[in-house]
Amino acid sequence: MKAKFLIPLVLFIGLVVFLAIGLNRDPHEVPSPLINKAAPAFEIPQLAQASKTFSPASMQGQVWILNVWASWCVACREEHPVLVELAKSQMAPVIGLDYKDKREDALALLAEKGNPYVLSAFDGNGRVGIDYGVYGVPETYIIDKAGVIRFKHIGPLTMDLLNEKIYPMLSELKKS
Amino acid sequence: MRKLFLFAFSTVFALSVGIAIANEAAPLADDPVVEQRLISISEEMRCLVCQNESLAGSRSDLANDLRREIRVLIKEGKSDDQIRNFMVERYGDFVLYRPPVKPVTWLLWIGPFVILALGIAGLLTYLRRRNHSVPSVTLTDLDNQKIDALLNSSNQKEG
Repeated sequence: MKAKFLIPLVLFIGLVVFLAIGLNRDPHEVPSPLINKAAPAFEIPQLAQASKTFSPASMQGQVWILNVWASWCVACREEHPVLVELAKSQMAPVIGLDYKDKREDALALLAEKGNPYVLSAFDGNGRVGIDYGVYGVPETYIIDKAGVIRFKHIGPLTMDLLNEKIYPMLSELKKS
Repeated sequence: MRKLFLFAFSTVFALSVGIAIANEAAPLADDPVVEQRLISISEEMRCLVCQNESLAGSRSDLANDLRREIRVLIKEGKSDDQIRNFMVERYGDFVLYRPPVKPVTWLLWIGPFVILALGIAGLLTYLRRRNHSVPSVTLTDLDNQKIDALLNSSNQKEG
């Protein structure tokens, strides 16, 4: 009988927990519908050599990483050292997608900070970005040997994320 | 002097209007029918950068690009559903302000009614239990006499 007094308290605590979870989730992390779908095809000029093009089809048969970046994007600068680490690990080739940028600015940034990318494709008007559902640079995709997107991360990569999620996933995908 | 003032005023006014327009989607209203459809479609969609704004109302760069893209699709003769699919394929159901009814969204659509039903059920059982808890009393002769006495005394006071 006495326990009845506790019912509102229990309900209240439940509500608080529920709201606390809601408050601590990042509303900007929208689940991508592209996971486990084929990476959209495109063919656009490369950043460094405008006469050459890049197409995801050329990566068929290997696990690779697509990193969307831009010289105007502050979070990308924060992410840059992590990308350099990722490139050094030689786990998978990192391809850049330079999103809505100016060539000079992008090249200047790479010259100044170092270039973690095997190459960057130049998406000046952001059309390829739309096909990949990009809405907040930087974004990172892991694409498997069959050309299927297996993982997407929105926002800057961190060392923790590399060690806990991305490296294990890459070695798993490379085995299959 | 007055002319000069008018000139200065109109220049400032023209400039400010120019600035206000500068950030809108570029080729507005070159085809009113296309623009009308663009607005009706994009008002139902969420801008992913500033999530509380519709795609029609947002001034973010991405929203501008997406409106441009939708305009192209309209001119290619795509139906509203095809355009909606184009967006959902890229950004997920999240872009739609009216999410489709499917197993993942059942809770979203039916949840409020379930809570309402639970509330009504709870209220009904509570009221029923309360009815039962009021004991029905049978009056004895002694009780009746007391009641009569009380009623009589109050009648006399009023009379």
